[in-house]
Amino acid sequence: MTEILSFNQVSFSYTPDSPEHRKAVQNVSFSINEGEWIAIVGHNGSGKSTMVKLVSGLLFPQEGEIRVMRNVLTEENLWETRSNIGMVFQNPDNQFVGATVQDDVAFALENSGVPYKEMVERVHASLAQVKMDKFLNHEPHHLSGGQKQRVAIAGALAMRPKLLILDEATSMLDPQGREEVLKTVRALREETGLTVLSITHDVEEALFADRVLFMNDGKKYAEGTPSEIFALGDKLVEFGLELPFAMRMTKLFQENGVLLAGQHMTEEELVNDLWASNFNK
Amino acid sequence: MMEKMIFGRYIPGDSFVHRLDPRSKLVFVFAFILVVFLANNIVTYAFLLAFTLLVILMSRIRLYFLINGLKPVMILLVFTFLIHILFTREGDIVFELGFFKVYEEGLRQGIFISIRFLVLVFMTSILTLTTSPISITDGIEVLLNPLKKVKMPVHELALMMSIALRFIPTLMDETDKIMKAQMARGSDLSAGPIKERVKAVVPLLVPLFVSAFKRAEDLATAMEVRGYRGGEGRTRYRQLKWDWRDTISLVALVVMTALLVFYRN
Repeated sequence: MTEILSFNQVSFSYTPDSPEHRKAVQNVSFSINEGEWIAIVGHNGSGKSTMVKLVSGLLFPQEGEIRVMRNVLTEENLWETRSNIGMVFQNPDNQFVGATVQDDVAFALENSGVPYKEMVERVHASLAQVKMDKFLNHEPHHLSGGQKQRVAIAGALAMRPKLLILDEATSMLDPQGREEVLKTVRALREETGLTVLSITHDVEEALFADRVLFMNDGKKYAEGTPSEIFALGDKLVEFGLELPFAMRMTKLFQENGVLLAGQHMTEEELVNDLWASNFNK
Repeated sequence: MMEKMIFGRYIPGDSFVHRLDPRSKLVFVFAFILVVFLANNIVTYAFLLAFTLLVILMSRIRLYFLINGLKPVMILLVFTFLIHILFTREGDIVFELGFFKVYEEGLRQGIFISIRFLVLVFMTSILTLTTSPISITDGIEVLLNPLKKVKMPVHELALMMSIALRFIPTLMDETDKIMKAQMARGSDLSAGPIKERVKAVVPLLVPLFVSAFKRAEDLATAMEVRGYRGGEGRTRYRQLKWDWRDTISLVALVVMTALLVFYRN
């Protein structure tokens, strides 16, 4: 397995001169291999966003090292690294640079000097991948939030990145738009085996990940599969995260004396268990 | 009111004029503005008017729509016409009513200036009506390219313009939202004396500015992460194509200029 990204004992403080302040990121280590989907969850101020800035080279760590494609991220290879990473940010409006959909998708390609003919091919191909190819000449204010985020994904894909980072990409969308974007990312992973790092406080989004990193106060609190992480149950609630809907329902059922086999990650599992629990009576 | 206003609006279409390269359109309009001043007698002004009508015809924009949309400008036109009639006192008296006298020269000047004005307004409106703002920006960028030699940041200016254009609707929406939010809190923007109304605009502008700065910061981050490093080594996705149409229209303008020079007094 090829390693795409790794953090090795990374620490970062916004106020390095005054050590009494808590560091934004403290001693964080983890790695992502090719084809994985990793979710970083945590409440506001847990250091998630700082980690994104560290990966994209907007900030540099004071301690430890970050490796992208096995190369240590430095100011020298910054631009090369950025061309390997595609990012989608939180606000769909504030990352739309081009005047139309196709101009926006081409923006990163223009920046890296891709010749015109290849640009056109890549723009069309990546818009087809997110199923926005019918909107080539649409202007951003005629698109929904979900559509704009899909265009942003296409813009990242056009660069053929090794890693796609979703920085709270669904948090400003309505439920429909969120479903739209997540479906697109899942389909992309099935087709191309893209590596995804999603930063989120939406637990339902984290359920799709292969591994979940749970951040609290700048430290990595836990790491594991979604079921391992959500088995922490009350600990998560204590740190300001919500449990997935199905798990909350299970808990309420159990408190009210309905016999259920155990923890359920998805609604489907819960419904199946509810059927069975009635038979067992 | 905004519906009828056509100043700076773009109407998508597929006419001869729509398909022209923005560079040729820009050069054409700027040259035309200068050429207009060559006309100084009935024949030359008739040429100008006919030429403009031909361009309007080719742009497939209805004349009624154009005149209706330019009503505010028309008022100005009538006003200048009247000024000329009232204050130019040369030549024979054409019309007399008590102390109100209309002189021949005044009538002539009034009509000429009106035509000149009309032709200029029509031509520049046709430019913005048939060219999307982004194409105009592209055209300006390419035409200003030689100025790069004197260290003028042409690419940056063009990018700034295109981003500004792209954010106009976004900020309009935002203004609308803030206005509703302030109205829900009891601020009244439409009534009261002028002083009160100006005061009511302040709580509208402050949040708008704050959010515009926030947007700018986000956009800068997004652009940097997507590899934006200034104009150097950049390729262009929007290509400009100069074809026979562009050559023909510039040739037509040259012929027109020659005719004006030949027939003017």
